Amino acid sequence: MNSLPLLTIITVLPVIGAAISLFTRRHSRGVAQVTGILCLLLSLVIWIQLPRDGSIGLNELHHWVPSLGVQYHLGVDALGALMLILSALVSLMAIDAAHRVHHEPGLFFALVLLLEAGLFGTFTALNFFHWFIFWELSLIPAFFLIKLWGGPRRGPAATQFFVYTMVGSVALLLSFLAIYHATGSMDFINLAELAAKGYLQHQVLASLGPVMMWLTIGVLAGFAVKVPLAPFHTWLPAAYSEAPSPVTMLLTGGMSKMGVYGLIRIALPLFGPQIAAIRTPLLILAVLTIVMGAWAAAAQKDLKRVFAYSSVNHLGYCLLGIFAIAVHTGANVSDSASQAAALNGVILQMFNHGLTAAAIFWFISMIQFRSGGLRGIDTFGGLRMPAPVFAGLMGIALFSSLGLPGLNGFVGEFLIFRGVFPLSWQAAAVSVLGLLVTAAVILTVILKVFTGPVPERWASFPDLHGGERLGIAPVIGLMFLLGLLPQIVIERVNPTVQYLLAHWRF
Amino acid sequence: MMQEAVAFTPQVDASSIARWLWLIPALPIFAAGIISVLKQPRRKLASSLAIGSLGISFLIAITAFAHVLNGWSHGYAVREVVNFSWLTVGTQAVELGWVLDPLSAVMLVMVTFVGLLIFIYSTGYMEHDENYTRFFCFLALFAGAMLGVVIANSILLLFMCWELVGLTSYLLIGFWYFKPSAAAAARKAFITTRVGDIFFLLGIVWLFAQTGTLLFYDHGAGSIETLALGGLLVHQSHWGITAAGAIGLLIFAGAAGKSGQLPLHVWLPDAMEGPTPVSALIHAATMVAAGVYLIARVYPLMSAGAIAHGEAPGTTTALMVVTWVGASTALFAALIAVAQNDIKRILAYSTVSQLGYMMAGLGVGGVAVGMFHLITHAFFKALLFMGSGSVIHGVHEEQDIRRMGGLRKSMPITFITYAVGMLALCGVPIFFSGFWSKDAILESAHGWPLSRAPYYMLVFGAVLTAFYMTRQVSYVFFGQYRGHSHPHESPRVMTTPLAILAVSAVALGVIGTPAWPWFRAFLENHPAYVEMHAFAEPAWLMLLLTSFVIVILGIGHGWWLYGNKSPRAEEPDALEKAMPPVWIVLANRLYIDELYGATVIAFYYWWAKVADWIDREIWGDIVATITLTFKGWARLNKFLDANMVDGAFDKGCEEIYNGGGVLARIQNGRGQIYLRLLAVAVVILAAILIWSGRP
Repeated sequence: MNSLPLLTIITVLPVIGAAISLFTRRHSRGVAQVTGILCLLLSLVIWIQLPRDGSIGLNELHHWVPSLGVQYHLGVDALGALMLILSALVSLMAIDAAHRVHHEPGLFFALVLLLEAGLFGTFTALNFFHWFIFWELSLIPAFFLIKLWGGPRRGPAATQFFVYTMVGSVALLLSFLAIYHATGSMDFINLAELAAKGYLQHQVLASLGPVMMWLTIGVLAGFAVKVPLAPFHTWLPAAYSEAPSPVTMLLTGGMSKMGVYGLIRIALPLFGPQIAAIRTPLLILAVLTIVMGAWAAAAQKDLKRVFAYSSVNHLGYCLLGIFAIAVHTGANVSDSASQAAALNGVILQMFNHGLTAAAIFWFISMIQFRSGGLRGIDTFGGLRMPAPVFAGLMGIALFSSLGLPGLNGFVGEFLIFRGVFPLSWQAAAVSVLGLLVTAAVILTVILKVFTGPVPERWASFPDLHGGERLGIAPVIGLMFLLGLLPQIVIERVNPTVQYLLAHWRF
Repeated sequence: MMQEAVAFTPQVDASSIARWLWLIPALPIFAAGIISVLKQPRRKLASSLAIGSLGISFLIAITAFAHVLNGWSHGYAVREVVNFSWLTVGTQAVELGWVLDPLSAVMLVMVTFVGLLIFIYSTGYMEHDENYTRFFCFLALFAGAMLGVVIANSILLLFMCWELVGLTSYLLIGFWYFKPSAAAAARKAFITTRVGDIFFLLGIVWLFAQTGTLLFYDHGAGSIETLALGGLLVHQSHWGITAAGAIGLLIFAGAAGKSGQLPLHVWLPDAMEGPTPVSALIHAATMVAAGVYLIARVYPLMSAGAIAHGEAPGTTTALMVVTWVGASTALFAALIAVAQNDIKRILAYSTVSQLGYMMAGLGVGGVAVGMFHLITHAFFKALLFMGSGSVIHGVHEEQDIRRMGGLRKSMPITFITYAVGMLALCGVPIFFSGFWSKDAILESAHGWPLSRAPYYMLVFGAVLTAFYMTRQVSYVFFGQYRGHSHPHESPRVMTTPLAILAVSAVALGVIGTPAWPWFRAFLENHPAYVEMHAFAEPAWLMLLLTSFVIVILGIGHGWWLYGNKSPRAEEPDALEKAMPPVWIVLANRLYIDELYGATVIAFYYWWAKVADWIDREIWGDIVATITLTFKGWARLNKFLDANMVDGAFDKGCEEIYNGGGVLARIQNGRGQIYLRLLAVAVVILAAILIWSGRP
């Protein structure tokens, strides 16, 4: 095996990039781009080096604060590594989209890179203490990016975003302190083993009394805010729409995945039986997230708010899959097949949604550059005439979001429905409404923005130029690749899914 | 009548032609990919690529058909499958694959042949369009997707191609996207069919979960083979329907969306906003037939149970629904077609109606009956649509039949071919293919054990069909010309395909007569014999008589009202004068669109507003309350008070933003406020950890 501490390197790299970026004001975007590309390459190297059996590999374990059970423990399986690739990709896209930052570009790109570092740290840390620092650290650059470069109502949006996720984090922190108090461990792997053997529950009961369910709810609250799960999502539309578009890309492409990742890495392994016990209300909330998210998107007049709600809807499918998996099982073979399908689907959906949503916000950011910041859904019309390539490529991204087979969005959703239907047919049956409403929303956006006669003022709307095409073409290519050959990702994800499911207990 | 079923030897090993079957859809899709990157001026190359690729596909399809035919004539039931794993989740493979059997072979030949003619015709029709290359890109992509639906042996692959068909249909209907009506029609088509598709998707995941396979045929382990069907029948779903029945109904919902069955037919007439070749290709011959083909493909599932209980196949719950929906659609759309004035809209409602016949045919008579009408209809309806395109072209983009008239003189080839198509659609006995296929449906409906009502609905629908087609032809081709421009015949590149289709519309009847039911024998894998005495059967003679009466009633009545009358364009319709209230209701398409507008669509917008309101008001208020609590608590805490809530925080941000030289400020301390925040948080965390006192 490679003895280089790759996971540490990938996390430190953007921090170094951020420092350099602060000093090189004029060239800070270039610095950020180089850093972003290096991180992406490194994440691909990590992906290649994953262990084949789906377990956690590339471990780095050092004592840090031994008296507190705090270790510097890093490691990734296919889930973590895929999220690293996604974070690197989305960061690079965000840096690409941010080519007109006039105020303090050095600071802007430094914060973007710090956010990237925060994402990397969150997806690699395996000790709660260490993980939690990154979880919070990523919040701070995001907050400042909204606060300093955001739209006219950025103040309240940033504060709401910060306060909201902070409340979730406090709940998360308290729950983990209790668990540490009961077990003396903060290591995820260690705790998951305890939970799988059923000891965790007993230890908590012995030292703190019957509070396991409260701890579960605390942890879930932390993640529910981040993903978000309705009704903890109200910070999102404001934050997404007020943030500058490159930052919105990072929020939806990267940070929203932290919550889903946390549910899979932490909540399900540690609190399986508890989540299974409150599965029905959770499923109802997930279905609500899907359906109401899609419908709320239909009522929006601002492109960024439309896709903010559409993101809520798409992440709802991840939540649906995750909660549906948490079912008390014996040795029911057909259930385990469904669980495997659903979890594969969820992980794929995480990646695909990140890619597609980031691409859509990239296009919206291009629309804003060209229109002087306008993004009302009724402001435009007929743009396909002056900008056919723009319309075509954005159309592909939009149809990917709609879940068209042949593009990346479909595979994850199909697998999730395949898995969820046998586990909870009612939830699946109501959730398909989300697919319908999303289609209506997206086609309405195309209708209003790209078709019809061209108004005078947009008659010379510039099409994507060479550099921009070059920037987005690989992303569009990836949408096709993952839509047609999802096996290239699934072949690594599936062993991890099987490994996880074999080690979980509900 | 029916031959004794001879047990054909199954032949399942994939021959080389079956292994290369994927080329048939792949070639047009590949061509579309190349065309998509061509520059607009490369018109000739674009259309040549599209036509060339589909031409090769046609040749391969013919070869494949010959292979199946050869097997059939030697007593083999050819069903060759090629399956492969697309991905593996858990231990379960998600498999795709394709199948070569009589059903797919027949359909492949039809789609490639009719498609090819329409492609050639399009080079004339779209000659002056500035987006000519893009048109051929979409056409080729559509053809590829449709052919994918045809060869699919995996319900997932079928669904994927199915959605791709939906996409290309969306693109082609909205081809003239700068027209708001075209853009709206495209969206309507996609969303209406997607209503059916979400049920279809549920049906797929249910079938997959229940049988563990996505393949139709897999050497006995496929989802619609005996073993899996047995399992599906045992499994009771809710409301007393077997799982097979429930899945069948879900799949039928998808088919109803694509094939414009009630109540999801509303998109099809609006889809006429697309260029006319698109209407011919998509909305007559291929895409709308995909739903019928789907039901034919999963027929073992739809009819599962009945055969096991020794009953007629058409008596299962799923097929019962198919029959009733089909018969209602057939009658209902024919009624509306009577009172339309747009030449393409009449044909659109006619298509909806004929699709109803096909569905009803599948329900009451089985695969061969429904498919035969699908094939004959594809030819004569493509002919009619392309004929109407030729007319529209000839009278300079006029589509209102009241502003036409007398065109038989100025457009003789179009007139003759159109008349052939019209007579085939009316089901004029003996000489036209439409008669034989419609006759088979009526015959089966007459013998349906559950109810005689669908039969009467279909018979009445047939009278109306003859009536509205006579009305249309009278308006367009007879009487005096009432338009303003000078009508002219279309170029050869457009009329030649019309002539070829007209010949087919007559000749195709031969393969499905009662005396030589070759088509049925081929699809059902038993030998076909020529038995002329079938024509002497009293039952058949009765039916022939009925058909004569239908045609005479319909055409006679139509001619009596409209023939050679040449009314002025502004004059009310003859029927309108006779029965004003009925006319108004029919002319307004029974107010179905208005009904949807007032219910489904209103609900959609209302519910969107509610969702948005809940978000802003309810959740927003709760959050505000929580935030207030948080702030109140914060006031008690000096640290938070100073740094987070009180605006010092905000002010600091403003200063950083407005000033220059970030590092300087971090050095002089202001930027450290935030780092301090973090540091304090970490210290608190550490303090709590230590306090909890674990070694």
